[in-house]
Amino acid sequence: MAIEKVDLSNVKPYGDTLNDGMIQLSFTLPVPYGEEAKESARRLMLKMGLEEPNVVNAMDLGIGYTYFIVYAKSSHTINYNAIKVPKVEVERMTKEEVEEFIDKKIKRDVVILGACTGSDAHTVGIDAIINMKGYHGHYGLERYKGIEAYNLGSQVENEELIAKAIEMKADALLVSQVVTQKDVHIKNLTNLIELLEAENLRDKLIVVCGGPRISHELAKELGYDAGFGTNTYAEDVAAFVIHEMLERNLV
Amino acid sequence: MESKLNLDQAVIEEARRASKSVAEEVQPFIDENTTVSVERTIARLLGIDGIDDVDRPLPNIIVNHVRESGGLNQGIAYWIGNAMVHTGKNPQEIAEAVSREEMILTEIPAQNRQEVLQAVTAKAEEMVEHIKMNRQKREEMIETLGDGRKPLLYLIVASGNIYEDVVQAQAAVRQGADIIAVIRSTAQSLLDYVPYGPTTEGFGGTYATQENFRIMRKALDEVGEKVGRYIRLCNYCSGLCMPEIAAMGAIERLDVMLNDALYGILFRDINMKRTFVDQYFSRVINGFAGIIINTGEDNYLTTADAVEEAHTVVASQFINEQFALKAGLPEEQMALGHAFEMDPELTNGFLLELAQAQMAREIFPKAPLKYMPPTKFMTGNIFKGHIQDAMFNLAAIWTQQGIQLLGMLTEANHTPHLHDRALSIENAKYVFNNCKDIGDEIEFKKDGIIQKRAQKVLGDAVELLDQIEEDGIFKTIEEGKFGGVKRPQNGGKGLEGVIEKAEGYVNPFIDLMLGGDR
Repeated sequence: MAIEKVDLSNVKPYGDTLNDGMIQLSFTLPVPYGEEAKESARRLMLKMGLEEPNVVNAMDLGIGYTYFIVYAKSSHTINYNAIKVPKVEVERMTKEEVEEFIDKKIKRDVVILGACTGSDAHTVGIDAIINMKGYHGHYGLERYKGIEAYNLGSQVENEELIAKAIEMKADALLVSQVVTQKDVHIKNLTNLIELLEAENLRDKLIVVCGGPRISHELAKELGYDAGFGTNTYAEDVAAFVIHEMLERNLV
Repeated sequence: MESKLNLDQAVIEEARRASKSVAEEVQPFIDENTTVSVERTIARLLGIDGIDDVDRPLPNIIVNHVRESGGLNQGIAYWIGNAMVHTGKNPQEIAEAVSREEMILTEIPAQNRQEVLQAVTAKAEEMVEHIKMNRQKREEMIETLGDGRKPLLYLIVASGNIYEDVVQAQAAVRQGADIIAVIRSTAQSLLDYVPYGPTTEGFGGTYATQENFRIMRKALDEVGEKVGRYIRLCNYCSGLCMPEIAAMGAIERLDVMLNDALYGILFRDINMKRTFVDQYFSRVINGFAGIIINTGEDNYLTTADAVEEAHTVVASQFINEQFALKAGLPEEQMALGHAFEMDPELTNGFLLELAQAQMAREIFPKAPLKYMPPTKFMTGNIFKGHIQDAMFNLAAIWTQQGIQLLGMLTEANHTPHLHDRALSIENAKYVFNNCKDIGDEIEFKKDGIIQKRAQKVLGDAVELLDQIEEDGIFKTIEEGKFGGVKRPQNGGKGLEGVIEKAEGYVNPFIDLMLGGDR
C-alpha cells in the first residue's frame, strides 16, 4: 500500500505527488466576471492558507456574480494519529446473522417503528432501511425473520410516533431526518427525546436517528442511542438495535 | 407519429377506455360533494382576500362562519350573493363585516333567488374576465417575446425568502431557464389555509402566497423582456388547498402548476375523497386559465422500484389524463409526469429509461410531458451525479420531452446553489444541442430490448388498469398499488372538510369556466 511512506502525523492532500497538497475548489463570488474577479478568487485562496492558487475556470453567472474552479496547494497539515471519531461500536452483521442472533438470544420478535418526523416529507432514507426492497441489494427490515418492522412514512408528528410505539409495543424507533434547513431537524429530534422522557419511555426504547447530515456524535449529543449517516443499510441498524437490546436487558 | 416501439394501438385504446371508466366512476362522488377548500376558492374568486388581526385569511373566516351554522351545503356563493342583495355591499366588504362579527350571513333574510344568483354571477364574471385576460396576455407575450425551445428548462428556487428567490430566479433565467418553479415550504401542503403576504422564512422552500406569486411574476416578466423569451412561472396546487392555490395562480398569471390528487394522497397522506373533489375544481380553473398542469407520477419511483413498478407510472398517466379531460383541461396542458430513476448500476438501464420515455411520448403525443431527473440514486458524489444528469438529458432530447426538470449535481446534498443551476443548465444545453435530432435519426431494433421493454410495461399497465376498473380507484389506493403506499379511504388529512351538497347548491364558476366562451 502507498500509505507506508506517509508521515501520518503530518498529512497533506495528494494530487499526483506525495505532499503536493493539491486541492480542488469551486465557489461563487458576488463580483462581476473579469480579471479582477479571478484575482479576488486567488487572493481569497491565499488567505485560506492555500498556496499557488490557479483559477482554471471562471464563469459569468449572469447577475454580476462569477463562479470559479480553482486548484491550490494546502500549506497546512493534519495529524492523523490524533484523530478520534465517535462511531457506532457494533460489528457488522449480515441479514442471516441478525436473524440468527434474534432467534438464539432474543427469542422473540423485535418490533421496530420507523418514520420521517415533523415536516419532513423525504422518505428515501427510511424506505431504504425498512421497506422490503431495501436499497442497493440490501434487503429492508420488513424482510427480516424475527423483525416486525413498520414504516409510518412521512410527516409523522412526534406525538403520533410515540402513540404508535406504545400501541405496537415497539422495541426501537428509527427517526429519519433529511431536511436540515435552518436546523429544523435538531429541534425536531430534541423534541422527540423530551417527549419520550416526559412519558417515561426513553429508557425502555432503543432510539436511533439517521439521515445524510446525521452523525453518531450529533445523535449522542441529542440523547439518541445511535446516529447513522449515508452508506448505512438495514443490517447495520438491525445489528445495533439487537446488541443494544441485549446489553440494556430489554429482551 | 410513427411508433418506434411497435406499440399495439388496440392496447393503448383499451387502456384509455378502462381509465375513462375509472374516472367516470368517481365523478358522481365529486359532483355530489364540496369541500371547505372549494368554498374558500369560490370566496377568493369572488374577490375576497386579506387577513384579520390574528392572521386568519378572510376566505377561511367566511367559510367557517357559514359552516358553523350548517349552511355550507348551499355553497358560500349563495350566502355571499344573498348578503350582496340584502346589504348592497361587495363580497370583500361582507367578508370584513363577518370577520368583525358584525354580520351573520345565515341570519340574513332570504332574498329573491333570481336576484341572488344574478348578483353573485355578475361578480363571478368579473374574475373570469380577469383570468381570461391573463390567458390572452400570456399568449401575446409568447407571441412577441418568443418561447424557449423544447424541452423547456425547468429550474427550482427554494431559498425560503421570496426576495432571495427573485435573485436566484433571474440569474437562472439569464443562464437559460425557461420555467421557474418556486418550491413550497415543506408541509405547506398540509395547511388548511393559504398564508398571506410576502414571506421571507420557510423550510426547504418558500410559502405559496398570492403576494409571493405576484412578486415572482413581475420579476420573471422583467427578466423575460431582457433575455427575449417568455418565462413561465410554476407553483404547486397539490395538498389541502388545491383549488385555492389554482385560483391564486390563475389570478396572478402563473403558467404551470403541479396538480395531482394521487400525489397528495400517497405522499402527503391527504384524504382521497377530499382531494379528488378539490382536484376537479382546481383542474377546471387551471384548464380555463391556460395553465399547464404537472402530474406527480415521477414520485412513485422514489418509493417504489423504477424497473418493477414502471407500469404503475403509465397506468397513473392514463388515469390522470382522463381526470383532466373531465375537468375540461386539454391535452396540450397536461404535463404528465415520469422520471429517470433507475439504479445507475443496472446493466442496460439507459435502454429501459429510453423505452419508458419514448413510450410516454408515443402514448400521449400532444402532452408536454414533464420529465424528472434522478434523485433516489444521487449520492453526494457530484461528479458522478453530473454524468447521471447528462444521461437523463440525453434520454430527454432523444424522446422529445416537453418540460425538463433539470437535475442538480448536488442533489442529496443541499437545495441548489447559484452555480449548481448554472452547471446544470450548461449540461442540458450541451446535450440538447449536440444531440438535437437524434430522435429523428435513430430507430429502435425490431423486437430488441427497448421495444420489448415498452411493450411489456404497456401490457402490465393495461392489466393494472383493467383491475382498477373492476376495483375502483379508492380500493386500488387502499391496496397500495401506486408507489407501494397504502392509504385508507377514510384516513388521512382533511376528510372532515368534505360536505355533501344540498339541493340548490351554487358554484357559478363551474359553468362559467367549463362552458361558453373560453
